[in-house]
Amino acid sequence: MVETLQQLLPGFLIPYLNMGMQLGQNFFGSLWPDLVIAVWTVVKVVIVISILLFCVAYMTFAERKVIGWMQVRIGPNRVGPWGLIQPIADGLKLMLKEVIIPYGADQKVFLLAPVFAFAPALAAWAVIPFNPTLVLANVNASLLYILAMTSISVYGIMLAGWSSNSKYAFLGGMRSAAQLISYEVAMGLALVVVMMVSNSLNLGTIVEGQGQGRFADMGLGFLSWNWLSLLPMFVVYMVCIVAETNRAPFDMAEGESEIVGFHVEYSGMAFAVFQLAEYGAVILCSTIASLIFLGGWLSPVGFLPDSIFWLFAKMSAIIFFFFWIRATFPRFRYDQIMRLGWKVFIPVCLIWLVVVGCWMMSPLNIWK
Amino acid sequence: MEFKTFVFYFLATILVYASLRVVTLRNPVHAALHLVLAFFSASGIWILLQAEFLAIVLVLVYVGAVMVLFLFVVMMLDINLDRLREGFWSYLPLGGIVALLMVAEMGLVLAVSYMGNSEHEVEQADATFSNVQAVGRAIFTDYVYPLELASVILLVGIVAAVALTLRGKRKSKSVSPGQQVFVKVRDRIRVLKMPSEPRE
Repeated sequence: MVETLQQLLPGFLIPYLNMGMQLGQNFFGSLWPDLVIAVWTVVKVVIVISILLFCVAYMTFAERKVIGWMQVRIGPNRVGPWGLIQPIADGLKLMLKEVIIPYGADQKVFLLAPVFAFAPALAAWAVIPFNPTLVLANVNASLLYILAMTSISVYGIMLAGWSSNSKYAFLGGMRSAAQLISYEVAMGLALVVVMMVSNSLNLGTIVEGQGQGRFADMGLGFLSWNWLSLLPMFVVYMVCIVAETNRAPFDMAEGESEIVGFHVEYSGMAFAVFQLAEYGAVILCSTIASLIFLGGWLSPVGFLPDSIFWLFAKMSAIIFFFFWIRATFPRFRYDQIMRLGWKVFIPVCLIWLVVVGCWMMSPLNIWK
Repeated sequence: MEFKTFVFYFLATILVYASLRVVTLRNPVHAALHLVLAFFSASGIWILLQAEFLAIVLVLVYVGAVMVLFLFVVMMLDINLDRLREGFWSYLPLGGIVALLMVAEMGLVLAVSYMGNSEHEVEQADATFSNVQAVGRAIFTDYVYPLELASVILLVGIVAAVALTLRGKRKSKSVSPGQQVFVKVRDRIRVLKMPSEPRE
């Protein structure tokens, strides 16, 4: 922590930092190093989460603007210059609204459900690497950890539907939960193929593995990323994350004008947390997609350096893709969604799993 | 007290509390949620033992998959407490025997470590040691036949589940456009000639 701070802080502050460390050492004695590590971890977590929440807020704004432009409208433009303060105004409005708990609802579970929906989208960030060194916890099984965390978010939907004590919310919850579970299988299988070719469950290693190969040596790094060699899995994964995050055209959870979803009974901040969870999940999924299929922080061409900005650029591109398909495609019918998941994606994944397995055993293996 | 010990007792307390609530709560959904909490605490204890692979898989499989399906079923139940309590006394002897067996097993495991028979220090693995690779290597080399057996049993389970839900050929009521276009008016509408009757 001390080294990082010494690099980050401007020069005139460093003596004060050293003095503060010395003071703490004198005061707490042998407990001090542990205390520093604990506080530093909390600080890092707070930094990541606050940046994330800021991104979520402005993603709603970006979505409305982008879809507005695609539909030849202006989008939000009243609050602040170019409507820039709109997300803050929206947040304030939702905070001031009353949280209505329906009569006969299971109160504790009703309030617990939004937490279950949002917490996994935050917890998964613990293992996301931003560059080779910048990662909160460099766990060996980080991809598995992310799968585990994202699989928990289905509880939020099911519990919200059940605890509302309303048959419409209950049916909506069941519908969305079934959709999430189905697409989780295909998504997991797509990730299994990635694990096979990169020979690791660690996200950092998976990214580094994409920077090697014939194309990378020629200076065309973007052709050696996983998206090309595992193109079918990339397509499956991209569709699956749209379905997993309940976004259009798979937005069975909440079709504003047609379908009653699992959160009909929610209002105010409790409802806003579900929205935050959805957008947080979109950001998380686009980060994972850019890490495992688009080379993370690796530079696309040889003459530019690797940097965290590439990761942000790739994330933004995928988030834009989310907006784009929302403005382009009409909503799927529910039975079509289930058919796509179970009868198309899962067989494709299973077949491609075998194909990649044979490919890796053959002399044509490109992932040595 | 070491910090690790504190964390262990913290997680263990939650685990014991949650497990007790699973069996004492009346509402099955609440009981299932406490079971989820128990799984989380157990996985925390495993992480404390540096078995991060097992801990994550516990959450992934039991919390993420098994309990979700469990909740699916439990939520649709019509909770009738009187019906649930009916069979209590008739099931009690069987439950008691199972409980005694489990207590005996746990006692034996504890007794062995107290007698000092299996007392040996497990050496600490260094930070770079990969649990995942170790587990994978063990499964696919030493235990490959048990693994294959387990997967065959799972396959039988899958086939059985499909067979149970298969209801023969689907008698679809959906329209077929190819046949629909050949429909003539007279297939659908019958025009009845009703001669007007003179008023009586």
